[in-house]
Amino acid sequence: MAKSKNRGSEEVNAGSMADIAFLLLIFFLVTTQIATNKGLTLLLPPKQEEDEPIEIKQQQRNIFKIQVNSLDRLLVEDEPLDDVSQIRDMVYDFVLNFGSPSQVKKGKKGKEVSEVETYNSLPASMKSYISRSLGSSESSDGPASAIVSVKADRGSSYEIFISILDELNAAYNKIYGERVGLTDEEFRKLNRNDPREKALYDEARLGIPKAISIAEPTKSGE
Amino acid sequence: MSKFKKKSESSQDIPTAALPDIIFMLLFFFMVTTVLRETELKVEQRIPRAEQLVKLEKKKLVSYIYVGKPKDKALGDEPLIQTNDVFIGIDGIVQWVNTEKDQLSEVERDQITISMKVDKETKMGIIVDIQTELREANARKIMYSAPTKAEDN
Repeated sequence: MAKSKNRGSEEVNAGSMADIAFLLLIFFLVTTQIATNKGLTLLLPPKQEEDEPIEIKQQQRNIFKIQVNSLDRLLVEDEPLDDVSQIRDMVYDFVLNFGSPSQVKKGKKGKEVSEVETYNSLPASMKSYISRSLGSSESSDGPASAIVSVKADRGSSYEIFISILDELNAAYNKIYGERVGLTDEEFRKLNRNDPREKALYDEARLGIPKAISIAEPTKSGE
Repeated sequence: MSKFKKKSESSQDIPTAALPDIIFMLLFFFMVTTVLRETELKVEQRIPRAEQLVKLEKKKLVSYIYVGKPKDKALGDEPLIQTNDVFIGIDGIVQWVNTEKDQLSEVERDQITISMKVDKETKMGIIVDIQTELREANARKIMYSAPTKAEDN
């Protein structure tokens, strides 16, 4: 029997361990998709009851109309618009217009505020901006009555709809953020599980509901 | 200054004995964070990007709807709706939402969030139809899922 040569070392050769680990690592790197649970949220209106009045007449000045046709062309407040990114500033001005803020308290139970109170709670920089360049009688009465209505044709693309919705959310986040002294990005990243940040979030949103309405579409060009 | 003369006896090699450990650590990180896709996508998904994204906290409450052109060309060009692993029609949405709601505990049932993953070439018509059905099914929280816009603007 040939005696095994005892010249080499007795240890297992671990030099290639790193290579094996690398191979596995690269496999997982390539196959991993870190789950993205991000998106634009929207709250749909409740189901229509039969006996409810179908439409409550809103003052035209309290509705900010955005219409999209089947060629993805925009009509904003009955004027054609080419650049989607302009909507952000227009909606910002529209919501904060405070044309004739009402004294009537609105909102969730126990948290009712009137538009006058909302105005008084705004920081000085926003107040001065409003009194300087807004407050027109042609635009919204106040944030609680302001509604942004998006009416997209059935043939318009989802892509343009998302970019509009993105701009609308940007406008609202800018308002909310400015109200509590944050940028819109900081406001967006508030963690609502943290009581302190939740309080800040609620304070920012109090009296300014995010009223985005997706209207029933027109039917052409599908 | 001979006092600070470099000792040349020590070896110049970087010790590589800990390298496998480091790599293993990375490996475990990726193994733990990896979520293998549980549903096979049967529709095209090129989701438009957006900026003002909100993160959803409770993952358990989220159900997914995929909308897009079918990958299988035999099924035609019209966008279809996929939930879990099957195509459903517009009229099947209410039923689907109810089965999803049944999987949640009673308290959470009204907080169900529907995440819509929609291909960018889809027309708005089908989206609005889905929304109408979701209202009917009393699943009012919806989210248009979208990846972050690249920071190049």
